[in-house]
Amino acid sequence: MKTGDAGFITTTLEKAMEWSRSNSIWPLTFGLACCAIEMMAVQASRLDVSRFGSEVFRNSPRQSDLMIVSGTVTKKMAPRLRRLYDEMPYPKYVIAMGVCVIQGGPYNQGYSVVLGVDRVVPVDVYVPGCPPTPEALTNGIILLQKKIRNEADR
Amino acid sequence: MEYDEKSRYIELNMGPQHPSTHGVLRLRLTLDGETVKKVEPIIGYLHRNAEKICELDFYCDALIYFDRMDYVGAMNMEVGYLEAAEKLLNIEPPERVKWIRVIMAELNRIASHLVWAGAFGLDLGMLTPFFYVFEEREKILNLFTEICGSRQETNYMSIGGVYQDFNDKIIFRIREFLDEFPKKLEEVYNLFIKNDIFISRTKDIGILEPEIALSYGVTGPMLRASGIPYDVRKDEPYLVYDRVNFTVPISKKKDVLARFIVRFEEMRQSVKIVKQALDKLPDGPFFNPKAKKSLMIRLRGEGDVYARTESTKGEFGVYMVGDGSVKPYRVHVRSPAFKNLSVLPYLSKDVLIADMVAISGSIDLVFGEVDR
Repeated sequence: MKTGDAGFITTTLEKAMEWSRSNSIWPLTFGLACCAIEMMAVQASRLDVSRFGSEVFRNSPRQSDLMIVSGTVTKKMAPRLRRLYDEMPYPKYVIAMGVCVIQGGPYNQGYSVVLGVDRVVPVDVYVPGCPPTPEALTNGIILLQKKIRNEADR
Repeated sequence: MEYDEKSRYIELNMGPQHPSTHGVLRLRLTLDGETVKKVEPIIGYLHRNAEKICELDFYCDALIYFDRMDYVGAMNMEVGYLEAAEKLLNIEPPERVKWIRVIMAELNRIASHLVWAGAFGLDLGMLTPFFYVFEEREKILNLFTEICGSRQETNYMSIGGVYQDFNDKIIFRIREFLDEFPKKLEEVYNLFIKNDIFISRTKDIGILEPEIALSYGVTGPMLRASGIPYDVRKDEPYLVYDRVNFTVPISKKKDVLARFIVRFEEMRQSVKIVKQALDKLPDGPFFNPKAKKSLMIRLRGEGDVYARTESTKGEFGVYMVGDGSVKPYRVHVRSPAFKNLSVLPYLSKDVLIADMVAISGSIDLVFGEVDR
Protein backbone atom coordinates (compact mmCIF):
# COMPACT_ATOMS: atom_id res chain seq x y z
CA MET A 1 0.00 0.00 0.00
CA LYS A 2 1.16 3.55 -0.68
CA THR A 3 -0.18 6.41 1.39
CA GLY A 4 -0.46 9.82 -0.24
CA ASP A 5 -0.62 13.22 1.38
CA ALA A 6 -4.02 13.91 -0.12
CA GLY A 7 -5.68 11.67 2.53
CA PHE A 8 -6.41 8.69 0.31
CA ILE A 9 -4.81 5.31 -0.18
CA THR A 10 -3.99 3.63 -3.42
CA THR A 11 -4.03 -0.11 -3.39
CA THR A 12 -5.15 -3.04 -5.45
CA LEU A 13 -8.56 -4.55 -5.07
CA GLU A 14 -7.00 -7.88 -4.05
CA LYS A 15 -5.02 -6.25 -1.26
CA ALA A 16 -8.09 -4.47 0.09
CA MET A 17 -10.13 -7.67 -0.03
CA GLU A 18 -7.44 -9.68 1.72
CA TRP A 19 -7.09 -7.04 4.39
CA SER A 20 -10.79 -7.04 5.15
CA ARG A 21 -11.04 -10.82 4.90
CA SER A 22 -8.16 -11.43 7.29
CA ASN A 23 -9.69 -9.26 9.98
CA SER A 24 -13.08 -10.95 10.07
CA ILE A 25 -12.45 -14.67 10.14
CA TRP A 26 -15.58 -16.25 11.55
CA PRO A 27 -14.92 -19.71 13.01
CA LEU A 28 -17.36 -22.61 13.06
CA THR A 29 -18.56 -23.82 16.47
CA PHE A 30 -17.11 -27.27 16.17
CA GLY A 31 -15.84 -28.71 19.43
CA LEU A 32 -14.71 -32.31 19.32
CA ALA A 33 -12.82 -33.09 22.52
CA CYS A 34 -10.47 -31.65 25.14
CA CYS A 35 -9.16 -28.84 22.92
CA ALA A 36 -12.71 -27.51 22.56
CA ILE A 37 -12.59 -26.28 26.15
CA GLU A 38 -9.42 -24.31 25.39
CA MET A 39 -11.15 -23.00 22.26
CA MET A 40 -13.94 -21.76 24.53
CA ALA A 41 -11.31 -20.14 26.74
CA VAL A 42 -9.99 -18.23 23.71
CA GLN A 43 -13.47 -16.86 23.20
CA ALA A 44 -13.95 -15.95 26.87
CA SER A 45 -12.83 -13.07 29.01
CA ARG A 46 -9.07 -13.24 29.50
CA LEU A 47 -7.95 -14.02 25.95
CA ASP A 48 -10.71 -12.27 24.08
CA VAL A 49 -10.26 -13.35 20.46
CA SER A 50 -12.49 -10.53 19.25
CA ARG A 51 -9.34 -8.38 19.34
CA PHE A 52 -8.52 -10.18 16.10
CA GLY A 53 -12.01 -10.10 14.65
CA SER A 54 -12.79 -13.78 15.20
CA GLU A 55 -15.27 -13.62 18.06
CA VAL A 56 -18.34 -14.50 16.01
CA PHE A 57 -18.56 -18.28 16.37
CA ARG A 58 -21.14 -19.41 13.84
CA ASN A 59 -23.26 -22.48 14.39
CA SER A 60 -23.89 -23.07 10.71
CA PRO A 61 -21.05 -24.02 8.35
CA ARG A 62 -22.63 -21.88 5.62
CA GLN A 63 -21.84 -18.69 7.53
CA SER A 64 -18.29 -19.46 8.61
CA ASP A 65 -14.84 -19.07 7.07
CA LEU A 66 -12.67 -21.06 9.42
CA MET A 67 -12.92 -24.55 10.84
CA ILE A 68 -10.92 -25.07 14.03
CA VAL A 69 -10.67 -28.87 14.32
CA SER A 70 -10.34 -29.08 18.10
CA GLY A 71 -9.94 -32.63 19.31
CA THR A 72 -9.41 -36.18 18.20
CA VAL A 73 -11.01 -37.08 14.85
CA THR A 74 -12.29 -40.65 14.88
CA LYS A 75 -13.10 -42.78 11.88
CA LYS A 76 -16.79 -42.40 12.66
CA MET A 77 -16.53 -38.61 12.77
CA ALA A 78 -14.33 -38.11 9.68
CA PRO A 79 -17.11 -38.34 7.04
CA ARG A 80 -19.18 -35.81 9.01
CA LEU A 81 -16.18 -33.50 9.27
CA ARG A 82 -15.61 -33.69 5.52
CA ARG A 83 -19.29 -32.95 4.91
CA LEU A 84 -19.17 -29.88 7.15
CA TYR A 85 -16.06 -28.71 5.32
CA ASP A 86 -17.79 -29.14 1.97
CA GLU A 87 -20.76 -27.10 3.19
CA MET A 88 -18.58 -24.10 4.01
CA PRO A 89 -18.43 -21.40 1.30
CA TYR A 90 -15.15 -20.35 -0.33
CA PRO A 91 -12.69 -18.99 0.76
CA LYS A 92 -12.34 -21.43 3.67
CA TYR A 93 -9.53 -22.24 6.03
CA VAL A 94 -8.74 -25.01 8.52
CA ILE A 95 -6.70 -24.85 11.72
CA ALA A 96 -5.60 -28.22 13.12
CA MET A 97 -5.58 -27.70 16.89
CA GLY A 98 -3.81 -30.18 19.10
CA VAL A 99 -1.51 -33.08 18.50
CA CYS A 100 -4.40 -35.58 18.09
CA VAL A 101 -5.55 -33.69 15.02
CA ILE A 102 -2.04 -33.40 13.61
CA GLN A 103 -0.98 -37.05 13.80
CA GLY A 104 -3.10 -38.98 16.29
CA GLY A 105 -1.28 -37.87 19.41
CA PRO A 106 -1.51 -40.14 22.44
CA TYR A 107 -4.11 -42.22 20.59
CA ASN A 108 -1.74 -42.87 17.71
CA GLN A 109 -1.62 -46.62 18.37
CA GLY A 110 -5.39 -46.97 18.58
CA TYR A 111 -7.69 -48.58 16.04
CA SER A 112 -10.39 -45.95 15.75
CA VAL A 113 -8.48 -42.68 15.35
CA VAL A 114 -7.70 -40.87 12.09
CA LEU A 115 -3.95 -40.23 12.08
CA GLY A 116 -4.03 -36.61 11.11
CA VAL A 117 -6.97 -34.54 9.90
CA ASP A 118 -4.94 -33.59 6.80
CA ARG A 119 -5.94 -36.97 5.42
CA VAL A 120 -9.53 -35.69 5.34
CA VAL A 121 -9.38 -31.93 4.73
CA PRO A 122 -6.55 -29.58 3.66
CA VAL A 123 -5.00 -27.82 6.66
CA ASP A 124 -3.63 -24.26 6.68
CA VAL A 125 -2.17 -23.87 10.18
CA TYR A 126 -1.04 -26.55 12.65
CA VAL A 127 -1.14 -25.67 16.35
CA PRO A 128 0.72 -28.32 18.40
CA GLY A 129 0.14 -29.07 22.07
CA CYS A 130 -1.97 -31.42 24.16
CA PRO A 131 -4.05 -29.35 24.54
CA PRO A 132 -2.48 -26.16 23.15
CA THR A 133 -2.78 -23.17 25.44
CA PRO A 134 -5.27 -20.49 24.37
CA GLU A 135 -2.28 -18.27 23.63
CA ALA A 136 -1.04 -20.85 21.12
CA LEU A 137 -4.41 -20.92 19.36
CA THR A 138 -4.44 -17.11 19.24
CA ASN A 139 -1.01 -17.28 17.65
CA GLY A 140 -2.39 -19.77 15.13
CA ILE A 141 -5.16 -17.35 14.18
CA ILE A 142 -2.58 -14.54 13.75
CA LEU A 143 -0.49 -16.81 11.50
CA LEU A 144 -3.57 -17.54 9.43
CA GLN A 145 -4.23 -13.80 9.09
CA LYS A 146 -0.70 -13.30 7.80
CA LYS A 147 -1.23 -16.11 5.33
CA ILE A 148 -4.45 -14.57 4.02
CA ARG A 149 -2.83 -11.14 3.65
CA ASN A 150 -0.10 -12.56 1.44
CA GLU A 151 -2.34 -14.62 -0.80
CA ALA A 152 -2.14 -12.28 -3.83
CA ASP A 153 1.66 -12.27 -3.75
CA ARG A 154 1.87 -16.00 -4.29
CA MET B 1 -57.28 -35.65 2.04
CA GLU B 2 -56.46 -38.95 3.59
CA TYR B 3 -55.00 -38.74 7.07
CA ASP B 4 -51.83 -40.73 7.52
CA GLU B 5 -50.74 -41.59 11.05
CA LYS B 6 -47.14 -42.07 9.95
CA SER B 7 -46.71 -38.68 8.35
CA ARG B 8 -47.73 -37.01 11.57
CA TYR B 9 -44.28 -37.52 13.06
CA ILE B 10 -41.11 -35.91 11.80
CA GLU B 11 -37.71 -37.48 12.27
CA LEU B 12 -35.07 -34.90 13.05
CA ASN B 13 -31.37 -35.41 13.37
CA MET B 14 -29.59 -33.26 15.95
CA GLY B 15 -25.83 -33.27 15.96
CA PRO B 16 -23.04 -34.42 15.96
CA GLN B 17 -22.17 -30.80 15.18
CA HIS B 18 -24.64 -28.82 17.23
CA PRO B 19 -23.99 -26.01 19.71
CA SER B 20 -26.06 -27.55 22.50
CA THR B 21 -24.94 -31.17 22.37
CA HIS B 22 -21.73 -30.54 24.35
CA GLY B 23 -19.36 -32.08 21.88
CA VAL B 24 -20.32 -34.85 19.57
CA LEU B 25 -23.61 -36.28 20.82
CA ARG B 26 -26.06 -37.15 18.08
CA LEU B 27 -29.76 -37.34 18.89
CA ARG B 28 -32.40 -38.82 16.63
CA LEU B 29 -35.64 -37.12 17.55
CA THR B 30 -39.17 -38.12 16.64
CA LEU B 31 -41.30 -35.00 16.76
CA ASP B 32 -45.01 -34.29 16.81
CA GLY B 33 -45.01 -30.61 15.99
CA GLU B 34 -42.67 -29.21 18.59
CA THR B 35 -43.21 -31.99 21.10
CA VAL B 36 -40.54 -34.64 21.41
CA LYS B 37 -42.03 -38.12 21.21
CA LYS B 38 -38.86 -40.16 21.23
CA VAL B 39 -35.15 -39.50 21.68
CA GLU B 40 -32.46 -41.89 20.63
CA PRO B 41 -28.92 -40.85 21.63
CA ILE B 42 -26.24 -42.12 19.24
CA ILE B 43 -22.76 -42.13 20.71
CA GLY B 44 -19.32 -43.25 19.61
CA TYR B 45 -18.15 -40.21 17.67
CA LEU B 46 -15.30 -39.73 20.13
CA HIS B 47 -14.41 -43.38 20.74
CA ARG B 48 -10.64 -43.19 21.23
CA ASN B 49 -10.19 -46.73 22.66
CA ALA B 50 -8.45 -45.40 25.77
CA GLU B 51 -9.17 -48.58 27.74
CA LYS B 52 -7.45 -50.70 25.12
CA ILE B 53 -4.41 -48.43 24.84
CA CYS B 54 -3.96 -48.60 28.63
CA GLU B 55 -3.13 -52.29 28.19
CA LEU B 56 -0.19 -51.38 25.94
CA ASP B 57 1.43 -48.99 28.43
CA PHE B 58 3.22 -49.23 31.75
CA TYR B 59 1.19 -48.61 34.89
CA CYS B 60 2.64 -45.13 35.26
CA ASP B 61 2.01 -44.15 31.63
CA ALA B 62 -1.65 -45.16 31.46
CA LEU B 63 -2.48 -42.14 33.62
CA ILE B 64 -2.50 -39.70 30.70
CA TYR B 65 -5.48 -41.43 29.09
CA PHE B 66 -7.44 -40.90 32.27
CA ASP B 67 -6.63 -37.19 32.15
CA ARG B 68 -8.28 -37.05 28.78
CA MET B 69 -11.44 -38.96 29.75
CA ASP B 70 -13.19 -36.30 31.76
CA TYR B 71 -11.07 -33.52 30.34
CA VAL B 72 -12.78 -30.79 32.35
CA GLY B 73 -12.05 -32.46 35.69
CA ALA B 74 -8.75 -34.18 34.98
CA MET B 75 -7.51 -34.28 38.58
CA ASN B 76 -10.54 -36.29 39.70
CA MET B 77 -9.83 -38.85 36.99
CA GLU B 78 -6.20 -39.13 38.13
CA VAL B 79 -7.35 -39.75 41.69
CA GLY B 80 -9.71 -42.46 40.43
CA TYR B 81 -7.03 -44.25 38.44
CA LEU B 82 -4.43 -44.07 41.20
CA GLU B 83 -6.87 -45.40 43.80
CA ALA B 84 -7.08 -48.57 41.70
CA ALA B 85 -3.45 -48.74 40.56
CA GLU B 86 -1.99 -48.19 44.02
CA LYS B 87 -4.26 -50.86 45.46
CA LEU B 88 -3.11 -53.29 42.76
CA LEU B 89 0.59 -52.48 43.12
CA ASN B 90 0.52 -52.31 46.95
CA ILE B 91 1.98 -48.83 47.16
CA GLU B 92 0.69 -46.53 49.86
CA PRO B 93 1.14 -42.79 49.17
CA PRO B 94 2.55 -40.70 52.05
CA GLU B 95 0.21 -38.67 54.22
CA ARG B 96 1.11 -35.31 52.66
CA VAL B 97 0.33 -36.62 49.17
CA LYS B 98 -3.19 -37.61 50.21
CA TRP B 99 -3.95 -34.08 51.36
CA ILE B 100 -2.41 -32.54 48.25
CA ARG B 101 -4.56 -34.81 46.09
CA VAL B 102 -7.70 -33.74 47.94
CA ILE B 103 -6.81 -30.07 47.42
CA MET B 104 -6.17 -30.48 43.70
CA ALA B 105 -9.27 -32.66 43.12
CA GLU B 106 -11.55 -30.18 44.86
CA LEU B 107 -10.10 -27.19 43.03
CA ASN B 108 -10.69 -29.01 39.77
CA ARG B 109 -14.24 -29.86 40.84
CA ILE B 110 -14.88 -26.14 41.16
CA ALA B 111 -13.40 -25.49 37.71
CA SER B 112 -15.46 -28.28 36.16
CA HIS B 113 -18.74 -27.09 37.65
CA LEU B 114 -17.95 -23.55 36.51
CA VAL B 115 -17.48 -24.70 32.92
CA TRP B 116 -20.74 -26.62 33.20
CA ALA B 117 -22.56 -23.51 34.42
CA GLY B 118 -21.22 -21.47 31.52
CA ALA B 119 -22.13 -24.08 28.92
CA PHE B 120 -25.56 -24.59 30.48
CA GLY B 121 -26.16 -20.86 30.24
CA LEU B 122 -25.20 -20.93 26.57
CA ASP B 123 -27.67 -23.78 25.99
CA LEU B 124 -30.46 -21.64 27.37
CA GLY B 125 -29.36 -18.55 25.46
CA MET B 126 -27.61 -16.74 28.33
CA LEU B 127 -24.29 -15.38 27.16
CA THR B 128 -23.31 -13.21 30.14
CA PRO B 129 -22.46 -15.83 32.83
CA PHE B 130 -20.12 -17.57 30.37
CA PHE B 131 -17.61 -14.72 30.66
CA TYR B 132 -17.84 -14.57 34.45
CA VAL B 133 -17.27 -18.28 34.99
CA PHE B 134 -14.32 -18.46 32.63
CA GLU B 135 -12.65 -15.59 34.45
CA GLU B 136 -12.79 -17.60 37.68
CA ARG B 137 -11.72 -20.78 35.92
CA GLU B 138 -8.65 -19.03 34.52
CA LYS B 139 -7.59 -18.20 38.08
CA ILE B 140 -7.75 -21.88 39.07
CA LEU B 141 -5.88 -22.88 35.93
CA ASN B 142 -3.21 -20.31 36.70
CA LEU B 143 -2.69 -22.05 40.04
CA PHE B 144 -2.46 -25.38 38.22
CA THR B 145 0.09 -23.96 35.78
CA GLU B 146 2.23 -22.86 38.66
CA ILE B 147 2.00 -26.19 40.47
CA CYS B 148 2.03 -28.70 37.59
CA GLY B 149 3.25 -26.74 34.58
CA SER B 150 0.11 -27.51 32.61
CA ARG B 151 -3.34 -26.03 32.44
CA GLN B 152 -5.97 -28.58 31.73
CA GLU B 153 -4.59 -32.08 31.18
CA THR B 154 -2.22 -31.76 34.10
CA ASN B 155 -0.66 -35.24 34.48
CA TYR B 156 0.25 -34.06 37.98
CA MET B 157 -0.13 -37.15 40.11
CA SER B 158 1.86 -40.31 39.73
CA ILE B 159 1.90 -43.69 41.40
CA GLY B 160 2.85 -43.23 45.05
CA GLY B 161 3.13 -39.47 44.95
CA VAL B 162 2.78 -36.26 43.04
CA TYR B 163 5.02 -34.61 40.46
CA GLN B 164 5.98 -31.58 42.52
CA ASP B 165 5.63 -30.51 46.13
CA PHE B 166 3.60 -27.55 47.37
CA ASN B 167 5.64 -24.60 48.61
CA ASP B 168 4.62 -21.67 50.79
CA LYS B 169 4.01 -19.39 47.83
CA ILE B 170 1.51 -21.82 46.29
CA ILE B 171 -0.33 -22.25 49.58
CA PHE B 172 -0.52 -18.48 49.96
CA ARG B 173 -1.89 -18.09 46.44
CA ILE B 174 -4.52 -20.79 46.89
CA ARG B 175 -5.66 -19.11 50.12
CA GLU B 176 -5.78 -15.78 48.31
CA PHE B 177 -7.99 -17.32 45.62
CA LEU B 178 -10.28 -18.98 48.18
CA ASP B 179 -10.80 -15.70 50.02
CA GLU B 180 -12.23 -13.85 47.06
CA PHE B 181 -13.84 -16.75 45.20
CA PRO B 182 -17.07 -17.13 47.30
CA LYS B 183 -18.00 -13.52 46.57
CA LYS B 184 -17.58 -14.04 42.82
CA LEU B 185 -19.49 -17.31 43.03
CA GLU B 186 -22.49 -15.55 44.57
CA GLU B 187 -22.30 -12.98 41.79
CA VAL B 188 -22.54 -15.72 39.14
CA TYR B 189 -25.24 -17.53 41.12
CA ASN B 190 -27.36 -14.39 41.26
CA LEU B 191 -26.95 -13.83 37.52
CA PHE B 192 -28.77 -17.11 37.03
CA ILE B 193 -31.19 -17.34 39.90
CA LYS B 194 -32.52 -13.77 39.74
CA ASN B 195 -33.35 -14.14 36.07
CA ASP B 196 -37.04 -14.88 35.53
CA ILE B 197 -36.50 -16.42 32.12
CA PHE B 198 -33.92 -18.83 33.53
CA ILE B 199 -36.26 -19.86 36.33
CA SER B 200 -39.23 -20.43 34.03
CA ARG B 201 -37.11 -22.49 31.65
CA THR B 202 -35.72 -24.77 34.34
CA LYS B 203 -38.37 -25.06 37.07
CA ASP B 204 -40.46 -28.27 36.97
CA ILE B 205 -38.67 -29.42 33.80
CA GLY B 206 -37.18 -32.87 33.50
CA ILE B 207 -38.40 -34.33 36.77
CA LEU B 208 -36.37 -37.41 37.70
CA GLU B 209 -37.97 -39.62 40.34
CA PRO B 210 -35.49 -41.21 42.78
CA GLU B 211 -36.58 -44.79 41.95
CA ILE B 212 -36.05 -44.21 38.22
CA ALA B 213 -32.67 -42.59 38.89
CA LEU B 214 -31.52 -45.59 40.91
CA SER B 215 -32.73 -48.09 38.32
CA TYR B 216 -30.79 -46.31 35.56
CA GLY B 217 -27.63 -46.11 37.67
CA VAL B 218 -27.58 -42.34 37.79
CA THR B 219 -25.06 -40.91 40.26
CA GLY B 220 -23.49 -37.63 41.24
CA PRO B 221 -25.26 -34.27 41.35
CA MET B 222 -28.10 -35.69 39.19
CA LEU B 223 -28.95 -38.26 41.86
CA ARG B 224 -28.49 -35.83 44.74
CA ALA B 225 -30.87 -33.40 43.05
CA SER B 226 -33.47 -36.19 43.18
CA GLY B 227 -33.16 -36.33 46.96
CA ILE B 228 -30.81 -39.26 47.56
CA PRO B 229 -27.72 -38.23 49.59
CA TYR B 230 -25.31 -40.65 47.93
CA ASP B 231 -21.72 -39.47 47.70
CA VAL B 232 -18.71 -41.80 47.58
CA ARG B 233 -16.67 -39.23 49.48
CA LYS B 234 -19.05 -39.67 52.44
CA ASP B 235 -20.25 -43.26 52.08
CA GLU B 236 -16.96 -44.97 51.30
CA PRO B 237 -14.25 -42.38 52.07
CA TYR B 238 -11.04 -42.56 50.11
CA LEU B 239 -7.88 -40.42 50.56
CA VAL B 240 -8.63 -38.28 53.63
CA TYR B 241 -12.25 -37.34 53.03
CA ASP B 242 -13.22 -38.90 56.37
CA ARG B 243 -11.06 -36.30 58.16
CA VAL B 244 -12.59 -33.18 56.62
CA ASN B 245 -15.90 -31.67 57.54
CA PHE B 246 -18.41 -31.12 54.74
CA THR B 247 -22.04 -31.80 53.91
CA VAL B 248 -23.55 -33.50 50.89
CA PRO B 249 -26.04 -31.08 49.35
CA ILE B 250 -29.37 -32.56 48.26
CA SER B 251 -32.57 -31.17 46.87
CA LYS B 252 -36.12 -32.54 46.94
CA LYS B 253 -37.27 -30.68 43.83
CA LYS B 254 -35.89 -33.23 41.30
CA ASP B 255 -35.97 -30.83 38.34
CA VAL B 256 -33.33 -29.06 36.23
CA LEU B 257 -33.21 -26.09 38.60
CA ALA B 258 -32.49 -28.44 41.52
CA ARG B 259 -29.46 -29.86 39.65
CA PHE B 260 -28.21 -26.34 39.11
CA ILE B 261 -28.57 -25.44 42.79
CA VAL B 262 -26.95 -28.68 43.96
CA ARG B 263 -23.89 -28.07 41.75
CA PHE B 264 -23.44 -24.56 43.08
CA GLU B 265 -23.77 -25.78 46.66
CA GLU B 266 -21.13 -28.40 45.89
CA MET B 267 -18.72 -25.67 44.86
CA ARG B 268 -19.24 -23.93 48.20
CA GLN B 269 -18.53 -27.22 49.99
CA SER B 270 -15.39 -27.69 47.90
CA VAL B 271 -14.12 -24.32 49.04
CA LYS B 272 -14.68 -25.48 52.62
CA ILE B 273 -12.80 -28.73 52.02
CA VAL B 274 -9.78 -27.02 50.43
CA LYS B 275 -9.56 -24.53 53.31
CA GLN B 276 -9.54 -27.33 55.89
CA ALA B 277 -7.03 -29.35 53.87
CA LEU B 278 -4.64 -26.39 53.67
CA ASP B 279 -4.84 -25.99 57.44
CA LYS B 280 -4.20 -29.67 58.12
CA LEU B 281 -1.53 -30.22 55.43
CA PRO B 282 1.22 -32.23 57.20
CA ASP B 283 4.94 -32.12 56.47
CA GLY B 284 6.71 -35.05 54.90
CA PRO B 285 7.85 -36.51 51.60
CA PHE B 286 5.79 -36.02 48.47
CA PHE B 287 6.39 -39.45 46.95
CA ASN B 288 6.78 -43.01 48.15
CA PRO B 289 10.43 -44.12 47.71
CA LYS B 290 9.14 -47.49 46.42
CA ALA B 291 7.85 -45.65 43.34
CA LYS B 292 10.89 -43.58 42.43
CA LYS B 293 11.10 -42.45 38.83
CA SER B 294 13.77 -45.01 37.95
CA LEU B 295 11.80 -47.86 39.53
CA MET B 296 8.41 -46.78 38.21
CA ILE B 297 8.36 -48.81 34.99
CA ARG B 298 9.31 -51.97 36.85
CA LEU B 299 6.22 -52.02 39.03
CA ARG B 300 4.32 -55.28 38.73
CA GLY B 301 0.81 -56.05 39.86
CA GLU B 302 -1.20 -59.23 40.18
CA GLY B 303 -4.87 -59.83 40.87
CA ASP B 304 -7.85 -57.61 40.23
CA VAL B 305 -9.13 -54.52 42.00
CA TYR B 306 -12.09 -52.19 41.78
CA ALA B 307 -11.87 -48.68 43.17
CA ARG B 308 -14.53 -46.04 43.11
CA THR B 309 -14.26 -42.34 43.63
CA GLU B 310 -16.56 -39.36 43.33
CA SER B 311 -15.65 -37.53 40.16
CA THR B 312 -17.30 -34.30 39.10
CA LYS B 313 -20.05 -36.19 37.27
CA GLY B 314 -20.73 -38.98 39.73
CA GLU B 315 -19.36 -42.33 40.81
CA PHE B 316 -16.24 -43.11 38.80
CA GLY B 317 -15.13 -46.71 39.02
CA VAL B 318 -11.95 -48.30 37.73
CA TYR B 319 -11.59 -52.06 37.42
CA MET B 320 -8.06 -53.29 36.81
CA VAL B 321 -6.61 -56.74 36.28
CA GLY B 322 -2.88 -57.40 36.52
CA ASP B 323 -1.21 -60.60 35.34
CA GLY B 324 2.16 -60.11 37.04
CA SER B 325 3.76 -58.21 34.18
CA VAL B 326 4.67 -54.51 34.00
CA LYS B 327 1.52 -53.65 32.07
CA PRO B 328 -2.11 -53.95 33.14
CA TYR B 329 -3.99 -56.89 31.63
CA ARG B 330 -7.34 -55.14 31.50
CA VAL B 331 -8.61 -51.71 32.48
CA HIS B 332 -12.33 -51.04 32.58
CA VAL B 333 -13.98 -47.77 33.47
CA ARG B 334 -17.44 -47.21 34.92
CA SER B 335 -18.07 -43.76 33.60
CA PRO B 336 -20.76 -41.68 35.33
CA ALA B 337 -21.59 -39.47 32.34
CA PHE B 338 -22.45 -42.54 30.23
CA LYS B 339 -24.86 -43.83 32.87
CA ASN B 340 -26.36 -40.38 33.32
CA LEU B 341 -26.89 -40.01 29.57
CA SER B 342 -28.91 -43.24 29.48
CA VAL B 343 -31.72 -41.55 31.40
CA LEU B 344 -32.17 -38.82 28.73
CA PRO B 345 -34.74 -40.77 26.60
CA TYR B 346 -36.87 -41.26 29.71
CA LEU B 347 -36.64 -37.62 30.83
CA SER B 348 -37.41 -36.07 27.45
CA LYS B 349 -40.60 -37.90 26.62
CA ASP B 350 -43.42 -35.48 25.69
CA VAL B 351 -41.47 -32.29 26.34
CA LEU B 352 -40.78 -29.40 23.98
CA ILE B 353 -37.52 -29.36 22.02
CA ALA B 354 -36.34 -26.30 23.96
CA ASP B 355 -36.91 -28.15 27.24
CA MET B 356 -35.04 -31.17 25.95
CA VAL B 357 -32.01 -28.94 25.38
CA ALA B 358 -32.25 -27.75 29.00
CA ILE B 359 -32.49 -31.35 30.22
CA SER B 360 -29.53 -32.61 28.20
CA GLY B 361 -27.55 -29.59 29.37
CA SER B 362 -28.29 -30.37 33.01
CA ILE B 363 -26.78 -33.87 32.74
CA ASP B 364 -23.23 -32.44 32.39
CA LEU B 365 -22.04 -34.56 29.51
CA VAL B 366 -18.38 -34.88 28.67
CA PHE B 367 -17.82 -37.02 25.65
CA GLY B 368 -14.28 -38.10 26.36
CA GLU B 369 -15.79 -40.04 29.21
CA VAL B 370 -18.97 -41.31 27.56
CA ASP B 371 -17.24 -42.83 24.53
CA ARG B 372 -13.76 -43.34 26.09
